[in-house]
Amino acid sequence: MTSRAPGIHTTLIESIQGWEPLKLKDIWEYRELLFFLVWRDIKVSYARTALGVAWAVLKPVATMVMFSIVFGWLVKVPSDGVPYPIFVLTALLPWQLFARSMAGSSTALVANENLITKVYFPRLVMPFSAAVAGILDIAIASVVLLGMMWFYHIVPTTAVWTLPFFMMLAMMTALGVGLWLSALNLLYRDVGHASPFLTQLWMFATPIIYPSSLVSESLRVVYWLNPMVGVVEGFRWALLGTGGNPGLMLALPVFVALALLLSGLYFFRRLERTFADMV
Amino acid sequence: MGDLAIRVHDLGKCYRIGHRRRYKSFGEALTATLCSPLKSARAHLSPVANSNGVHEHDDTLWAIKDVSFEVKCGEIIGIIGRNGSGKSTLLKILSRITAPTEGYAQIMGRVGSLLEVGTGFHGDLTGRENVYLNGAILGMKNAEIRRKFDEIVAFAETERFLDTPVKHYSSGMYLRLAFAVAAHLEPEILLVDEVLAVGDAAFQQKCLGKIGQVANEGRTVLFVSHNMGAMVQLCPRALLLSAGKIVLMDKTEAVVSSYLSESSPLIPDVSLDTSSNPNSPMVLTRCQIAAGNESPRSAISVASGFQVRLSVLARQEILGADICIRVSNMLGTPLFTANLSSSMKGLAKIKSGVHLFTVDVPGHFLAPDTYSLHVGIHRPNIELLDVHDAILTFTIEESGSAMWQYCGRDYGNILVDFLWSQEGEAVAPR
Repeated sequence: MTSRAPGIHTTLIESIQGWEPLKLKDIWEYRELLFFLVWRDIKVSYARTALGVAWAVLKPVATMVMFSIVFGWLVKVPSDGVPYPIFVLTALLPWQLFARSMAGSSTALVANENLITKVYFPRLVMPFSAAVAGILDIAIASVVLLGMMWFYHIVPTTAVWTLPFFMMLAMMTALGVGLWLSALNLLYRDVGHASPFLTQLWMFATPIIYPSSLVSESLRVVYWLNPMVGVVEGFRWALLGTGGNPGLMLALPVFVALALLLSGLYFFRRLERTFADMV
Repeated sequence: MGDLAIRVHDLGKCYRIGHRRRYKSFGEALTATLCSPLKSARAHLSPVANSNGVHEHDDTLWAIKDVSFEVKCGEIIGIIGRNGSGKSTLLKILSRITAPTEGYAQIMGRVGSLLEVGTGFHGDLTGRENVYLNGAILGMKNAEIRRKFDEIVAFAETERFLDTPVKHYSSGMYLRLAFAVAAHLEPEILLVDEVLAVGDAAFQQKCLGKIGQVANEGRTVLFVSHNMGAMVQLCPRALLLSAGKIVLMDKTEAVVSSYLSESSPLIPDVSLDTSSNPNSPMVLTRCQIAAGNESPRSAISVASGFQVRLSVLARQEILGADICIRVSNMLGTPLFTANLSSSMKGLAKIKSGVHLFTVDVPGHFLAPDTYSLHVGIHRPNIELLDVHDAILTFTIEESGSAMWQYCGRDYGNILVDFLWSQEGEAVAPR
């Protein structure tokens, strides 16, 4: 019969009570699956579309035009001295990354129900891959932003190298919330109905259509508890030089994002072993 | 050889039925979920009733309980049991899809599980893309899929449609491609559930052949199927699950026959109320079906044949009456009719009183399927005395007929063993 290597891979399957270790190493082991799921999500989201990847550009641009007409031109919302379209687009890029990643990861389990009941792999791979799939869109859309900045003769500040950090912050927040919602969504489909409202509410709580300078000084600490405030302010500061260096204020959003992510991970892991029974 | 591949110890899985989703509101549910560690602690302290006033331990169901067994490296074990006996739950626990409630299992080696073919196939992706995606989902490494890609495609016979989205595939092509990916999974331990219940007969045979090949390569296989013929052919040993427990683990032939003799939900013994037909001179009072001279049962092994036993009450002496049994398949097509008169060489005189008749139907005659039995008492071409349509239903179970690898009933309901012969030697083609 088979001759086996001495370092044989042994799996112990047993009942686990309470909280579990995160075992993030498992995700690394399944990185190829993660890659294929990301690739599938991207591929499928543009399948059967006539415009294809052009949507990645069209969505932020259309939103920008809409917001510019309504808020910039009609309502005349101040924009810290920057042309309103570019003011809003700078915020829309990280926002759409966040919104898409959050929506993707929070529906990841429900969308992959058939996998949950039929195949084993670390379940974390699903919300992770759904969250990552949004990065391509922002990469494509950022070309438009660069074009617009060139058009308006705006040169990015030297702090432009901090952008990946702010993107990370947005992703962490999206994933943290997505982990909570995806597990809850499997239990209660109410989550699926409620999350668009959450996203909308969150958008108004983030300085996208308005500058954060409109928020009164006394509310600032509370306001900055929203990690997306940090992200958007960071983007504007690094690209347009408005609002000033967020500096130590960033500790708040980073802390909240980390708390969301960690609690999301543990919550997800705790419910993970019951996923197949809940579907 | 003596190495263990799987060790299962006192494994149990408990489901709460009707327990979840009874929360009044989302908020309440959210709190309950968050507090579940506390709730379980509280449940231990006061096990009488939960907040709904329902006894918490009443609505639990043990899908499997106290299951222990060991599988040696390179062994092929069949898992047999009726629907709901816990076969799938066992495989799901072993493939880590769901966690056990108690006990543990140790698995020594890389596990591949095949609980369904085509898991994760996406209609909008092409055949080629789905091979890669599905391979990754089943746990294959990218390099491994690339190496086996041509082999997979050749097995599936879908070369021409590789770059067509699979939603345009015929269901047969789709299944072939899906199985082809799965069949090229090369784990040390393979868990297979009922995947052969798909596709046409030729394809099923190909799949069986592939599984047999996997088996010959010395891999450890756990195989769940309702196809007893395939079971006997592929697995030297099998275990029988009933109501979540292992009833028997032995040589497959022994387990299959034990499985078939388990009491069946179909009723093999029907007693009739004769008052419903008071004026007829001759009525049926009881009808039984059994294998040979055994006690009545509805699941009959294809090899054993069966016996129909009829109790007939003649209220007076009758001349010129005949009794017949007719068997039809579930589509309602009559397959044969057996007349008492044909066996007795003519219509006999039947005295008044209760008569017992038995009809013996040989084995290897009816193909595995579900059939219904009809009984009629009549005076040929004159009158019907008592007729019972579909008085009972029985199944012929595959236990190694000549046609075992063709499940489904495409080949007909009658098993034959006709003589074939070849005239002369082969002639070179012109």
